[in-house]
Amino acid sequence: MRRVYVVGVGMTKFGELWERSFRDLFVEAGIRAIEDAGVDGKEIEALYIGNMSAGLLVKQEHVASLIADHSGLASLHIPATRVEGGDASGALALVQGFSSIASGMYDVVVVGGVEKMSDVMAEKASEVLATTLDQEWEAFFGMTYASAYALMAKRHMHEFGTTEEQMALVSVKNHSNGSKNPMAHFRFEVSLEKVLSSPIVSYPIKLLESHAVSDGASALVLCSEKKAKEFESPVEISGIGQASDYIALHDRDNIVSMASTIEASKRAYEMSGVKPEEVDVAEVHDCFTISEIIAIEDLGFFKKGKGGQATEDGDTEIGGKVAINTSGGLKARGHAPGATGIAQVCEIVLQLRGEAEKRQVDNAEIGLTHNLGGSGGTCVVSILRRRR
Amino acid sequence: MTEGVARFWREIPHRYRLLGSKCDSCGRVFFPPRVLCPECRRKGNISRVALSGKGKIYSYTIVKDGANGFERQVPYVIALIKLEEGPLVAGQIVDCSPDEVEVGKPVELVFRRVSEDGEEGIIYYGYKFRLAEEEN
Repeated sequence: MRRVYVVGVGMTKFGELWERSFRDLFVEAGIRAIEDAGVDGKEIEALYIGNMSAGLLVKQEHVASLIADHSGLASLHIPATRVEGGDASGALALVQGFSSIASGMYDVVVVGGVEKMSDVMAEKASEVLATTLDQEWEAFFGMTYASAYALMAKRHMHEFGTTEEQMALVSVKNHSNGSKNPMAHFRFEVSLEKVLSSPIVSYPIKLLESHAVSDGASALVLCSEKKAKEFESPVEISGIGQASDYIALHDRDNIVSMASTIEASKRAYEMSGVKPEEVDVAEVHDCFTISEIIAIEDLGFFKKGKGGQATEDGDTEIGGKVAINTSGGLKARGHAPGATGIAQVCEIVLQLRGEAEKRQVDNAEIGLTHNLGGSGGTCVVSILRRRR
Repeated sequence: MTEGVARFWREIPHRYRLLGSKCDSCGRVFFPPRVLCPECRRKGNISRVALSGKGKIYSYTIVKDGANGFERQVPYVIALIKLEEGPLVAGQIVDCSPDEVEVGKPVELVFRRVSEDGEEGIIYYGYKFRLAEEEN
């Protein structure tokens, strides 16, 4: 298997981007990634796009062709493929791009993700997010995306004594990080009191513990080792793991951890030879605050049941044991489902290059991304290293 | 009315009568029913089994921001119920104040209207749960 490098990153600001259409978003992110890498369009051999629900959100399917076309690649006729795995779609595009280079098939590919959430009303956006659950046996009975995570939160509280304050502190931290990120949807801090007193969405989850519903796009230029030598500061994807699990919560052995996270991270750690305690900075899928707590346990950063306490102790802050969601995470950087997994990689690459400005983790060498689909039926973990 | 009716009537045995399935090779019971045992796969042998509808609350949430079609029911309780026969099942807990719901409390199945396909479409029915007497 050949080594794979990230040599260009680009993303749009995440947010309610009323002036920009689905296609505009991806083109902006794609051009930024290509300019960041300094590659010529003619060098791109393939395109992989993560997108969750263009069909429901902008009534457009066949989006890979649309995106290749409007990115100016139509006359080159490169293969363009859309992949879908709920809100892990972006990371699935990364896996596809990685595999195509690792296998020797291509030397330069672009992977990206895009989602346009604000062309529908808020209720419709919530309904679309709930399509990542089991429609027939969860959503049919009134379960929402938030309430799936609320069930996990309540059980985590019951089994480990995790508190509502500890969960709220995840949001306080991520808003603090997001306030330092120019690409973030929400660039403001929130106090613990404000989070705890925000309206309940689905007890015990509150509004200020819920991800932003964002428009956005993100893109990376990936290349082989031979090609990477031509670039200034390549970052290696030294391990990648993807896993699936029972789509519905009711079919799992427990709901206080995610088997997909455990398996995906095990595969990524094994491929890279990195241990959890060596990770300096991680972007994890904090669609709701409980999700970050469960993730930092399942990824091996903290013992099962101790994620809430670790958050309270400041171990996940910039300057703590492992900096979690320096971008602001899904909470503050935002969640544009198809784009989220790739935006996570953008943040880690900036951290490893030392370009994360006010949110920079000192001397970051090893970073990790963790992207979930739905309530954990899909998970992708990638491990990135600064090239020595 | 936007959805075909067959999608709903085909689930009537499961949603009206809690008909699940069982793998006769390993003994595991499934609800909703499966055609393939995830442990035994091709070595499994699936048969139908009716479930009691009795169980205990494994986890719950009180939904304030309701799903489309459920707006008029808020606040409503969604729970995972650990059935006596083993599987967990997701459903609403009704006929009580949300404050009365606690992890571990016993519940029993009731048959109710769930939601509908707009004003002119079909009405969806299925199971919900209510708090039951503590068994000694």
